[in-house]
Amino acid sequence: MAQVSLRKVIKKYDEVLAVRGVDLDIADKEFIVLVGPSGCGKSTTLRMIAGLEEISGGDIAIGGDVVNDVPPKDRDIAMVFQNYALYPHMNVYENMSFGLKLKKTPKQVIDQRVRTAAGILDITELLDRKPKQLSGGQRQRVAMGRAIVRDPKVFLFDEPLSNLDAKLRVQMRTEIKKVHQKVRTTTVYVTHDQVEAMTLADRVVVMNAGLIEQVGTPNDLYHSPATKFVAGFIGSPAMNFIPCQLEQAAGALRVRLNDKLAFPVPDGRTARYTSFVGKPNLVLGLRPEHIAETRPHTEPNQHDFEQMIEVVEPMGMETLVYFTINGAEVCGRVNPNAGATAERTMKLRADLSNMHLIDDTTGKVI
Amino acid sequence: MANATVATAGAPTRPVRYGSISQSRRWALRWSYFFLVLFAIFFLMPPFYMLVTALKSKEEIAAITNPWWVYSPTLSNFIELLTQNQYLIFFRNSALVSICVVVVTMLISVIAAFSLARMKFWGSAALATGVFLTYLIPDTLLFIPLFKMMTFVRETTGIELVNHWWTLIIIYPTLTVPFCTWIMIGYFASIPKELDEAALIDGATWMQTLTKIFIPVALPGIIAATIFCFTVSWAQFLYPLAFTTSTTELVLPVGIVTTLIKGDVFNWGQIMAGALLGAAPPLIIYAFLMDYYIAGLTAGATKG
Repeated sequence: MAQVSLRKVIKKYDEVLAVRGVDLDIADKEFIVLVGPSGCGKSTTLRMIAGLEEISGGDIAIGGDVVNDVPPKDRDIAMVFQNYALYPHMNVYENMSFGLKLKKTPKQVIDQRVRTAAGILDITELLDRKPKQLSGGQRQRVAMGRAIVRDPKVFLFDEPLSNLDAKLRVQMRTEIKKVHQKVRTTTVYVTHDQVEAMTLADRVVVMNAGLIEQVGTPNDLYHSPATKFVAGFIGSPAMNFIPCQLEQAAGALRVRLNDKLAFPVPDGRTARYTSFVGKPNLVLGLRPEHIAETRPHTEPNQHDFEQMIEVVEPMGMETLVYFTINGAEVCGRVNPNAGATAERTMKLRADLSNMHLIDDTTGKVI
Repeated sequence: MANATVATAGAPTRPVRYGSISQSRRWALRWSYFFLVLFAIFFLMPPFYMLVTALKSKEEIAAITNPWWVYSPTLSNFIELLTQNQYLIFFRNSALVSICVVVVTMLISVIAAFSLARMKFWGSAALATGVFLTYLIPDTLLFIPLFKMMTFVRETTGIELVNHWWTLIIIYPTLTVPFCTWIMIGYFASIPKELDEAALIDGATWMQTLTKIFIPVALPGIIAATIFCFTVSWAQFLYPLAFTTSTTELVLPVGIVTTLIKGDVFNWGQIMAGALLGAAPPLIIYAFLMDYYIAGLTAGATKG
């Protein structure tokens, strides 16, 4: 059993607070991804769990034991680094067995564990090679192998795929997921790539400026972000943020974007939003996929409008169109055959059933 | 191959000028060879002159003949030198001093550099700079205070340090340790931090991290430092001249000069033969270690 819990964990570098009180409970066998922009404290948090950084305040517990002052080697963790950190003068076998050798594990046990791990990662035929003879993906596998053989309580990954090219990254992402399904060890994974976070995690922890913004399953974060930061960070292309006003007209609530454009608020949300009528600093959050070309058949909460398209980006399976509403650049995803052309007006349809209303003063989603 | 042929057949035919790149490369090579040969001649001139003179008899050296050629080569200078007991003693002293200094220096500077580069502690940065500044003080300024220290040791403990060849093993590291430590700090600093963190997580102690990870990875740097250290100890002239006087305690550079120049009589043939033989050990060490050095440099110690 290896739950990891962080209680009000703080990291101070001189006078700078890198991590400003993080509370997090990671369940046994869970795959947690810490995600956020660079400098948000995610790597520092991971390194504190590893014991590579001392904590300035709070408690970290692994498997129920507080490990604040326990050195890394006694925390029973394994870590995979961004630049692999393989020992260049040792071959793959020696790299993988180094930790076990230091622990004076019997030779047969080492051999058996190395071979099992090599089998899982499909690197058995590479065991005699030196790291410099391996490709990036193979090195990453060896780094994972080194972690697996130790059979630790917790796996820690520090941006392990950032050094790989785009195609390999996708491939290794799947590998990591497969390995976790086979090995089932509690995993904490740090990345700045929200796609990686969404695809790998049981739960995603979005961090910003040394604090946790939101913890939730990938779908939770995507569909019900708690803050403007999470709403904008998760999803690609990012969610559109359009300054708006909430107005009451004939008993119904409307989101007014500019003089010409106003959309009725879906029924289920009126109660939640009523108190914000007439308030300043409101922002409408609408994902690009909820702005598409118009169609003959109308679903509830879908509203047509016309816009001058500024930029068209064909992606193959879809086409991205960009236009400006109320000073904000807005992106929509339309069918490639919808005939989107730059500098022409186009009939579009907004689906408000997935809208978000954000109070820009607090940054919270209402 | 078949595809390639089809592609070329379909391509427009246009006269293409080939070989401009290889031509400019050829000129670059010609120039580099020209300068390499020029420098080689320039730098090989003194050793060649040494060799020519060492192979001449006393009479031929004194005679008015072409100084750059030997007409009746003889090994008499070498034989006389090697049958003399003195020269062999100088050689032994030099070898012992240099080997011991290399061992002492590397033991101190590798450990010092590792702690200064990796174990961040209060004042480690200031110490590292201090080590380098020590090296900037010329040895001509240091031998008088060093002499004073030796006198102080004699007065307080009764141990005579002056005029012993082994004293040089204590003195030379004042020159070699700062520089080698500085080289090694630079080398250790270039090893990614994740490597010792990985070792730390794998359960290695600091000492194990040093011996099992850092020393093997930094081997090219260690070899560079070793070569430097050996050369400095082998060629050092001022300190042995100041600290040793008895013939049995002299090292090679001082020994040759003090015993083969008597007043204004220069025994050129033997001086040159002695210098030539004295240059052999560093040459052999360079030739042997350079292979390792270059192999180490190209091995791609970290991620590639």
